[in-house]
Amino acid sequence: MQWDLNSDKPVYLQLVDQITAWIISGYYKPGDKLPSVRDMAAQATVNPNTMQKAMAELERTGLVITYRTSGRIITSDEELIRRLKAESARNQTVEYLEKMKQLGYSPQEVPGLISDIINNDTAYNNADGRIV
Amino acid sequence: MSAILECRSLTKKYASLTALSDINLTLERGRIVGLLGPNGSGKTTLIKIINGLLVPTSGTLTIRGMNPGPETKGIVSYLPEKMCLPEWMKVSEIISLYEDFYEDFDKDKAYEMLGKLQLDATKRLKTLSKGTKEKIQLILVMSRKAQLYCLDEPIGGVDPAARDYILNTIITNYNEDATVLISTHLISDIENVLDEVIFIKEGSITLHSDVDDIRSTQGKSIDTLFREVFKC
Repeated sequence: MQWDLNSDKPVYLQLVDQITAWIISGYYKPGDKLPSVRDMAAQATVNPNTMQKAMAELERTGLVITYRTSGRIITSDEELIRRLKAESARNQTVEYLEKMKQLGYSPQEVPGLISDIINNDTAYNNADGRIV
Repeated sequence: MSAILECRSLTKKYASLTALSDINLTLERGRIVGLLGPNGSGKTTLIKIINGLLVPTSGTLTIRGMNPGPETKGIVSYLPEKMCLPEWMKVSEIISLYEDFYEDFDKDKAYEMLGKLQLDATKRLKTLSKGTKEKIQLILVMSRKAQLYCLDEPIGGVDPAARDYILNTIITNYNEDATVLISTHLISDIENVLDEVIFIKEGSITLHSDVDDIRSTQGKSIDTLFREVFKC
């Protein structure tokens, strides 16, 4: 997995966003053990203090749990992960609708655009409905 | 925790030119600090005073309460902006030299890093390219278990892939008691590894702040802020 930390937001918040996205997408699974702060900092080429701060924030939200003896693991609270996934999907949809508005499409026209692609683009209309 | 570096009204004049003017600065332990400023702003002068290569015109600079001298050189690891190693020596000989000079030098660590970067220790320094020499020098500096690392332009001459490795070397090798002071122009390359930044302009410190504080209050990266503050 590639870290992408180029926005103007505080670095620790970018780390929080990135790790949250990996948990939501299932790259990190519930109950997975995380590498040490130092290793993760080295992977992302960020300061260990910053990674520590990101971990503290993830612990605060409950996504990451620290056990004194066995390090940090991803929460097994799948309800929490589902909720964050729904929230993230909603945010990205709102963002998309805003962009379409800038292009001059009304929100009512957008579902037509989407179903047009789903029905006619072979990448999206295979039998099980999964993106290939 | 006590400060590692303290400057009080530090001033340095070269004849009529004031290189540093009334600098007051305290650096805590366990931080990675960027010393950022345009050319000729006083970055190297400050680093040279820390390492005892220049003496202040007035004011004081202390490292763990001591003036720069033999004791502080034992705890400060310095990467100068220019090559300072004898060109005729082999890399392995320079490593032995460092081992003799510095009690805190870890030879195994140096060879481990040479191996990672696939550098040949039997080569003489003069046969190596500029970037490779810079890598060797940085390896020597980071192989010491120092309390303050002063890196003057550490990544200027090396390729982007080696730059990432070097930044990782800095992140993974410094310990919680040590502070790293990095002077550079390549801000966007290093800003993610910094805890705090110092902006220096015409010999005065114009900003000394936590990196994430700047990003939250200003909503911009250090690189963008630098370009605005020092716009020509």
